Amino acid sequence: MYLNRRAAALSAVAVVTMSALGGCGADADEQTDNDNSDNSIVLYSGRDEELVGPIIDAFTQESGIEVEVRPGDTTELAAQLLEEGDSTQADVFLSQDAGALGALAEAGAFATLPDDVAGAVPAAFTSTDDTWVGVTGRARVFAYDPRDVEESELPETVQGFVDPRWSGEVAVAPTNASFQAFVTALRVSEGEDVAEEFLSGLVDNDVQIYESNGDILAAIEDGQVDVGLINHYYKYELAAEVGAENVITELKFAEPGTAGALVNVSGAGILAGAEGDEDAEELVRYLVSEEAQTAFAEQTFEYPLVEGVPGPEGLPELSELVGGEFDLARLESLDETTALIQSVGLV
Amino acid sequence: MAALRTAAAPSVGTRPPKVLLAGSLVTGVLVAIPLVYLVVRTSEAGWADVEPLLLRGRTLELAVNSLALAASVAAGCLLIGVPTAWLITRADLPWAPVWRVLAALPLAVPSYVAAYAWVATWPGLHGFVGSVLVLTLVSSPYVTIPVAAALRRADRDVEDVARTLGRSPWGAARSTVWPQIAPAAGAGALLAALYALSDFGAVAVMRFEAFTYGIQLAYRVGFDRTLAAVMALVLTVLALLVVLAERWFRGNAERRQPPAGTGAPASTRPLGRGTVPALTGVAAVAVLALGVPIVSLFVRLAEGTARGLEWGELYTAAVATLTVSSIGAVIAIMMALPVGLLAARYRGRGVAALESASYLGNALPGIVVGLSLVFFTVNVVPGLYQTSLALAFAYAVMFLPKAVGSVRASMAQVPPGLEDAARTLGRSPAQVWGAVTARIALPGVTAGALLVALTAMKELPATLLLRPTGMDTLATEMWSRTTVNAYGSAAPYAVTLMLVASVPAYLLSRPERRA
Repeated sequence: MYLNRRAAALSAVAVVTMSALGGCGADADEQTDNDNSDNSIVLYSGRDEELVGPIIDAFTQESGIEVEVRPGDTTELAAQLLEEGDSTQADVFLSQDAGALGALAEAGAFATLPDDVAGAVPAAFTSTDDTWVGVTGRARVFAYDPRDVEESELPETVQGFVDPRWSGEVAVAPTNASFQAFVTALRVSEGEDVAEEFLSGLVDNDVQIYESNGDILAAIEDGQVDVGLINHYYKYELAAEVGAENVITELKFAEPGTAGALVNVSGAGILAGAEGDEDAEELVRYLVSEEAQTAFAEQTFEYPLVEGVPGPEGLPELSELVGGEFDLARLESLDETTALIQSVGLV
Repeated sequence: MAALRTAAAPSVGTRPPKVLLAGSLVTGVLVAIPLVYLVVRTSEAGWADVEPLLLRGRTLELAVNSLALAASVAAGCLLIGVPTAWLITRADLPWAPVWRVLAALPLAVPSYVAAYAWVATWPGLHGFVGSVLVLTLVSSPYVTIPVAAALRRADRDVEDVARTLGRSPWGAARSTVWPQIAPAAGAGALLAALYALSDFGAVAVMRFEAFTYGIQLAYRVGFDRTLAAVMALVLTVLALLVVLAERWFRGNAERRQPPAGTGAPASTRPLGRGTVPALTGVAAVAVLALGVPIVSLFVRLAEGTARGLEWGELYTAAVATLTVSSIGAVIAIMMALPVGLLAARYRGRGVAALESASYLGNALPGIVVGLSLVFFTVNVVPGLYQTSLALAFAYAVMFLPKAVGSVRASMAQVPPGLEDAARTLGRSPAQVWGAVTARIALPGVTAGALLVALTAMKELPATLLLRPTGMDTLATEMWSRTTVNAYGSAAPYAVTLMLVASVPAYLLSRPERRA
C-alpha cells in the first residue's frame, strides 16, 4: 500500500518538476527583438570565439549594440538553425564556409541583405541572391613537412599527388566542408572524369584520412605524414598558439586558377525572423567594413574580401590566387561531390 | 496503460501498483522524445527516399564496424574489470584501497581526451585497434565497480563448501562465484557496449568509421537531416539488439544465481607468488588508462600557450559544469526510480519493454539527442529552450540507464522477506520503507546519481546545442580551444574536468556500507 503512495509521490514530483521546468525559462526566451533596434542581438558563430571575439568587442564599442555570441561548430549550428526554424533566437549567423550558408539559404532561413552590405564584396565571393555575404577568404594550400620534403619536389597542381612518390604521405579531411568545396571546384573546372580519376588515384596511393584540417596540421608537425591538403590560416592559428618559431610546417600555394588553389569564403547572413532588424544589419555591415576586414587580415590571417583592403602579410595576393572562375554559388550544391567522394571510398 | 497491464504477466505474484506504472510510463514517454523526433524526420522524407539510404552497403559496413567495436569494448572491459574487481575485494593485494580508487578513476577521463593523448604518444595508432583500446580503458570501471560490489555481497560459504567437496580453487570459483557476479558483470558490459556504440569523440580522433561517424557525416555533408535520422534509427536498433542480448544473459544468470548469502564479510585469499603479476597487472591498467592521458596533458601544459589562463573563466566553467550535471543526475534518478522499482520487483513483458526503452537514449550520439531536444523544446515548451534545465534534462535522457541499473540493483538487494518481517513486527508500511527499503537502497541509488553526474560532466555535443547562450562548461571551453589547435590552453580545462570528475569517481570506488 505504501509503495503505491510513495511511487505516487515520486511521479508527482517528476511531473511537477517537468512543468516547473516549463515555466521557469519563460523570461529568458520571450525577448522580442522584432523592433527595428533594441541595441541587442544574438549571433550564432561558427567561428572560434577567441578569434572573432576582439572584432565583435570592437563593434560593440563603436555601435553600442550588445552582441550575445553563441559559438559552435558551423555545421551543427546550421543543423540547429534548421531545427529551430522560425522560433530561433538568432539574428545573425556567421559561418566558416559557404556550404552551410547555401543550405540555410535554400531552406529560406535568411532575410535579404541591404544592397550596400550584399554588394560590399566582389560577386565571386558572395551569394547570388543577396541572402548572405562573404566575409573572409581562405585559400586551399599544400602544407608540407620541410624535414622530409623540398618545396621544389611538390607538384604545381593537386593532381600531382597521385604519383607513387607520395604514397601514404598525403593527408586529407574528406568530411570537411573545405575539402568538399575543393572537390566541387575540381569537378566544375576539370570535369567529372578528372575529378574521379584524381580521387581514386589518392585512394590507391594510400591517402591518409583525417577528421579536420587541424588534425592534419598536427599530423604534419608530429611527422606522421609529409603533406596535407588544408586551408592556409591553420598554420597561423597554430603559430599564434605556440609561437611562429615552433611551427615546422610550411605552405605551398598551388598554381593560381587551379582547383588546388581554391579560395573558399566564410560569410554571414541575417535570419528571416530578424528581417529589418537594424542592429543585425549594422553587425553584418561592420563585418565587411574596412576596419573589420583589416582586423581579420591581421588577427586571423584570412584574406579580406573587400577590395582595397591589404591582405595578410607574407602571403600571395588574393588576386594572384583567384585566376579561374569558381562560382561559389555553384559550390553550394554538394550532392554530386558527396556521391563522388563516397563512391571512390574516401568516406 | 491498459495494454501495459495486460502485458505484464505477474510472475512475482502481484500486479505492479498503478501509480508505479504511471510513473514509469512518464519516464518512458520522456525517453521516447529522441525516437519520436527521428521518426518524424524520417517520415518527412517518405519511404522512397529512405529505402536507398537504408539499404546501401555503407549502412551495413558501418553497422558491422560499430557492433564489432561495441562487442570488443564489452569483452575488453570484462577482461580488465572482472579480475581487477576480484583482486581489490577478495585477494590480499598490497595497497588494495589505492588500487580500488585507481580502478574507478578512468571514468573521469573523457574519451576524446584519452584518444588525443594516445595519438599524441603513438602517432601511428588509429582505426579499430585504437578505438577499442581507448574506449576499453575509459569504460572498464563500468564493469569493475558493480562486480566489486557484487563480490563484496557474494556468499563466501558456498565457495568454501565447493572447496570441501573437492573442487579446485578455480573450479570452485567458477561454479560458485561467477554465478553471483554474472548479472553485475553483464550489466556493466552493457553500459560499456552502449557507450562504445554512442561515442563519437574517440572514434573521430582514431579515425575509425563507426556508425556515429556516419551520422556526423550526414549532418556535415549536405546537411542531410533525413539521412542522419535514418542512420540514427538504425543505430537505435543496434542498441536494442545489445540490450536484448544482455537481458537474455541476465535472465539466464539470475536463474542460476544462488540465494543471497549470510552477509558474513568475505575473507581475502592469499595471492602468494601471484602477488607480483597481480600488482603488475593492476599497475599496467592504471598507467594505460590514467598515466597516458595525464602525462600527455602535462606535456601540453608545459608547452605553454600564448593565450594565458583566466582563472575566473575556469572557475565559472567548473561551477557551471558541476551545477548542470548535478541537476541532470537528480532528474535522472527521479525518472529512474519508478522504472527501477518496477524492474526490481515485477516481471512481465510490459515491465521489460519499459526498462529496455530506458536504455535507448544512451545509444544515440549526443548530436542526435541534442537536436531532438532542440526540436522538442522549440515546438512544445519554448520557454525551456536553451536553459540549464533543458540541458540537464538532456543529460537525464542520455544517461538514464546508469541510474535505472543502479536503482534496480539496489532495490533488488532489499529482501522482500525483510520487509514482510518488519511488517509482521507491527511496523507501518511507511516505517518499513524508511527503516528497511530506503536505508538499504540509498547507497546504490546515490551511486547511480554519481555515475550520471560523472558522465554528464564530460558530455559535449548536446551541451553545445542546448546550453544557455553565454554559458560554458569545462567541456565546451576545451572544445573551443582545440578547434583552433590551442591544445596548450585547452589543457588546464581538461585537467580541471578530470579533477572535478574524479570526486564522484572516488566516491563510487568506496565500498558500500552495509545497512
